[in-house]
Amino acid sequence: MLNRFMQMRLRDLIILAVILFALPLFLNNPFHYDLATQMAIIAATVVGLNLLVGFAGQISLGHAGFFGLGAYFTGIMTSNYGWSSVPALVVGAILVGIVAWIVGRPILRLKGHYLSMATLAVGFIIAIILNNERALTGGPDGMPVPAFTVFGWELSPFGSYNLLGMELNGSEAWYLFAAVVLLVAVWLAQNLIDSPIGRALRSVHGSEVAARVVGVDTARYKSLVFVVSAIYASAMGSLYAHFQGFITPAVAGFDFSILFITMVVLGGMGSTMGVILGAVVLKLLPQVLADFQELETVMFGAILMLTMIFMPKGLLPTIQTAVGKRMKKKAGGQA
Amino acid sequence: MSALIEVKGLDKAFGGVHAVEGVSFSVEAGQVYSVIGPNGAGKTTLFNLITGLYTPTKGEIRLKGESTAKLEPNELAERGMCRTFQQMQICMNMSAIENVMLGRHLQLRSNLFTTLFRLPSLLRDEKSCRERAAELMEFVGCGEYLDTEASAMSYGALKRLEIARALAADPKVILLDEPAAGLNAVETAALEKLIRKIADQGTTVMLVEHDMKLVMGISDRLLVLNYGRVLAEGTPEEIRNNPDVIAAYLGG
Repeated sequence: MLNRFMQMRLRDLIILAVILFALPLFLNNPFHYDLATQMAIIAATVVGLNLLVGFAGQISLGHAGFFGLGAYFTGIMTSNYGWSSVPALVVGAILVGIVAWIVGRPILRLKGHYLSMATLAVGFIIAIILNNERALTGGPDGMPVPAFTVFGWELSPFGSYNLLGMELNGSEAWYLFAAVVLLVAVWLAQNLIDSPIGRALRSVHGSEVAARVVGVDTARYKSLVFVVSAIYASAMGSLYAHFQGFITPAVAGFDFSILFITMVVLGGMGSTMGVILGAVVLKLLPQVLADFQELETVMFGAILMLTMIFMPKGLLPTIQTAVGKRMKKKAGGQA
Repeated sequence: MSALIEVKGLDKAFGGVHAVEGVSFSVEAGQVYSVIGPNGAGKTTLFNLITGLYTPTKGEIRLKGESTAKLEPNELAERGMCRTFQQMQICMNMSAIENVMLGRHLQLRSNLFTTLFRLPSLLRDEKSCRERAAELMEFVGCGEYLDTEASAMSYGALKRLEIARALAADPKVILLDEPAAGLNAVETAALEKLIRKIADQGTTVMLVEHDMKLVMGISDRLLVLNYGRVLAEGTPEEIRNNPDVIAAYLGG
């Protein structure tokens, strides 16, 4: 017997895969591919952040800090110490996980605005360290990052590749790689949500008192999900560094943190597909609004405000509810 | 034989107000033990103290002989104590059956690895967990709501769902805080049957309730609180004939 969750997740994964692999039909230059690749990497980060914010109901306004740590660990280890990309990504993610655990234990006791302030501070501290440790990070000028390599095989936006007889340029290859990464990120997140651990996480959001009296060690689960979402951010930061080829402390900065959280809220907290849509919309908006250059920020803000007021649940859940209602009405009319 | 729950000289003060003051009693395993008293008598405070949500100002509580002073609510749950709330605590962001499956949290051995990769051992556990949860929902009489979102259920059904969640933990003792509040006569009669069934399975039941007919019919012993102090303790018969209780309830 398939339960409701399993049906939904299977459907979601298939829809996402179809969209991701059909998208190249509509992309016709490297700029489009680069944008789509960035979207996929950021979307995977946000899927991880959504575990913390959407499902466990805890906020983090400093998540770019972990993203930046992953990016810089990869940058430093691959360019200065000659590490290969995968070990750098994995070791970086583990270290960031440990940092998140150490930081998370005390600050996750806080709630609401206090937790926001504490996570905000964590992000700031990381960004300041990256800015000031010139010897390691190159300071505000940033640092170059070599191409992604696995077993001597190199994935560079400027290379050309042959996949099962298909000729791919570097941008196309990176897009396919990022698309697969996003699918895996979504699959792992869905597995986590639909499990005893996932129920414990959601119960922290639903009713912390209820969770505790049925035996959920809520402090432990909050730390766990904080660590998992930090690991998501770190791993995606590593990929982002390779893809961009150059990073500055801005990747760990306040603007990025706010962008991440806005993607979650706009797309729909607690909806994995929703936050991906949120990432796509917020990456596309600046492109679409490029014609109104001087008004860009104003329109950006206005769109966000209107969404918050009229769709507090986020884009995708609101659309789904509306479609569901219309279908019901239709079915009712025929009966 | 030591009692399942032993409360000695329990005191809880909020500022200058003593919500519970010098309360002592003990509950034997297998009993249905009710706590009654007028509004504000300290019944819910007493439950919050027993389940570890509040820390006593003075006095001690022992569960199976072990002091509970340093235990968190989740550690008390591990020792077989579970409860429902007067202000229902349902996770509205989950479906009905997920709420009950949450109750089996302590029975499930899961780790991050089997979870992330959805290994067969996890799937087996989840399947049996779901079956047990469905059984319990049938048992409490909300079997028709399995995959309904909790937020779409009626008040009465949610009250039963909360009991199912508490039972899912296979508790030795279950504390029900005003389970009949807001229920109509038919629902209350069904609740009485349900509490009997729970007690017949050997689970100890502690009950806070205002419905006298329900309480008198079902309890082995009663504790009467008034202004945080024990007014009387005994069998339903003794309580019914206790002049202090009659005075407190009927005035005079």
